[in-house]
Amino acid sequence: MKGFHLMRSLAAISLGAVLMVGCSSGGNTSAPAAGEGGSGQAASTDEQEIQAKIGVVGFLSGSGAAYGEAQKAGLELALGELNEANKGKLKIELKFEDSAGEKEGAINAVNKLINQDNVVAIIGPTLSGEMFAAGPVANEAETPIFGISNTSEGINDIGEYVFRNSLPESIAIPTAMKAAVEKNGLKKVALIHASNDDFSVNGYKVMKATAEKLGLEITGEATFANGDVDFSAQLTKLKQTNPDALLVSALYKEGSMVVKKARELGFTGTILGGNGFNNPKVFEIAGPAAEGLIVATPFSPEKKDDKVQAFVKAFEAKYNKKPDQFAAQAYDSLYIMSQSLLAAGKAEREELRGQLAQLRDFTGVSGKLSFDEKRNPIGDAVVVVAKEGKFVPFE
Amino acid sequence: MFWQQLVNGLTVGSTYSLIALGYTLIFGVLGIINMAHGQIFIFGSLVGLVLMTSLNMPLGVALIVAIVISAILGLVLEYTALRPLRKKNVPHLASLISTIGFAILMEEAMHKFFGADSRAFPQSFGDTTFDLGLVQIRSVDLVILGISVLLMFVLHFWIQKTKMGKAIRATAENTDTANILGINTNMVIVVTVMLASALGGVAGILIGMAYSALIPTMGMTLGFKGLAVLILGGVGSIPGAMVCGVLLGIIEVFTVAYGDSSYRDAVAFGLIILILLLKPEGLFGRKA
Repeated sequence: MKGFHLMRSLAAISLGAVLMVGCSSGGNTSAPAAGEGGSGQAASTDEQEIQAKIGVVGFLSGSGAAYGEAQKAGLELALGELNEANKGKLKIELKFEDSAGEKEGAINAVNKLINQDNVVAIIGPTLSGEMFAAGPVANEAETPIFGISNTSEGINDIGEYVFRNSLPESIAIPTAMKAAVEKNGLKKVALIHASNDDFSVNGYKVMKATAEKLGLEITGEATFANGDVDFSAQLTKLKQTNPDALLVSALYKEGSMVVKKARELGFTGTILGGNGFNNPKVFEIAGPAAEGLIVATPFSPEKKDDKVQAFVKAFEAKYNKKPDQFAAQAYDSLYIMSQSLLAAGKAEREELRGQLAQLRDFTGVSGKLSFDEKRNPIGDAVVVVAKEGKFVPFE
Repeated sequence: MFWQQLVNGLTVGSTYSLIALGYTLIFGVLGIINMAHGQIFIFGSLVGLVLMTSLNMPLGVALIVAIVISAILGLVLEYTALRPLRKKNVPHLASLISTIGFAILMEEAMHKFFGADSRAFPQSFGDTTFDLGLVQIRSVDLVILGISVLLMFVLHFWIQKTKMGKAIRATAENTDTANILGINTNMVIVVTVMLASALGGVAGILIGMAYSALIPTMGMTLGFKGLAVLILGGVGSIPGAMVCGVLLGIIEVFTVAYGDSSYRDAVAFGLIILILLLKPEGLFGRKA
């Protein structure tokens, strides 16, 4: 109860701050610096450089730090490029906050960024569950919050200020399943997912619905928890039901271990994974067992596209490893932000929200992106298959 | 499927036993629960694993490295977190907290050195499976089972029959009396802490083999399993740790196999509560 009151009052304070800006910018040229919700150096003229402070909430420590680190790398690469390209017009400053993958952490980080750092917008948080917790806080404070890895259903329903460039699983998974059914002639499938993770549960629901729609027989279902290390009991049980394919909805860490274990136990059918598998680390963890794994993804570093290849090259030069989908979507998000900020002409939350909502046909490294009237991302998913240590297009 | 799942349970359970042995040894001698045990042995085995993957060292070398590093960390724990408190004669709760501090330190150090990702464990025994009619046993499972059972028997014999083992038992019985009788109890404590950590090092490598990966955060999750076994078997009881570790593993696996996998921990820990209600001193514990 106490926390709820605190949140409410914080939200009220920040709302007040936004309203104050609204008043002071109306006809007043020398706006006071204090209490300005994200307007920074209030630059509305074209000659002056726009100063935009953007907050980032990432899973930067703890069990999923790898996701947050990838996102941070993608954002920092984009930041360098953008500040160079837009010199004199727009200068973006990023403020990173660590949520440690916890809902409370994400809420605290969002509150701090909005009220203390006066950011114009927030990128993140990493997990869908965190977004469901922190999104309403930002929405209440009328600050755009931009998910770059939240693929669960219902993210956009949080509110008008919530955006995302990550394709929902409801687009990606059916694309992959249809391709696999056509190519491999699947009839019977078994499902396994992480039951304590919103993202994985959502992916599982989509898989199940799609399987029913495609007329596949479901031979068995099992769950595990994020952080589990032993999957032998579940997989032995599922293997016994003799499915043609195993559908895995999990983050890559546990997912890769599930794939490896399934192969070790002698499962020879098709394995199809959700969005979480789209990470080069899968090959490190699962090794040769990853061979043949089918995944739908918005981003593949192997895609023959100039923009993608330039990004991969720049990323490799800076970090000495291949970018994954987390880095790619983070990278794209800052480009979308800068494009919208330039169109808005000033670093102001309401203006930025309006520009973001109008995004159409943005071409980034993770494909073409538009928002529909409900700000849902519309884009294409590529179906890829693991082959000799990398994901190649599935044909 | 029953027999196959039994093998799964045995494999998982024998690693729990090895972890619980570490707790029980230290508890027996010092009367404290070492909350850093999980982190210490995962750290040790991660060093071993890194040597295996980046320098192509054989499994045997990795195992020895894991044992040595874990033992050294145990020594550091004794000199930084346990001995200074023991000298001041503070309540046992204080050293519980200081070991938690050590655990956090270890966990952060692992993130710094090894990253947060899981690290794949190279397959050292190939994919050979032995078809025994009822069950298919992977060679890895055989090695894990073999090493754990062997270690448990060696440990049991060592504690019961050797001079050092007797000194450990005497210290566990009563440190002051053992001291008066001429046992260098400080040395016994150092040996016990190092031995417990070294056993952890073996467990860490076996766990890596069983699950095909090691994750820095495993120290905590598996540490809790070890603690549960410790309580279930009766704190300080070596046979209790051995038998109950295997028991917990089998209970867990059968919950998943014949029930709902999301109830894995609920059923396992529910049973522990039930057993403790009926037998509060643990299955193998002595009445206080």
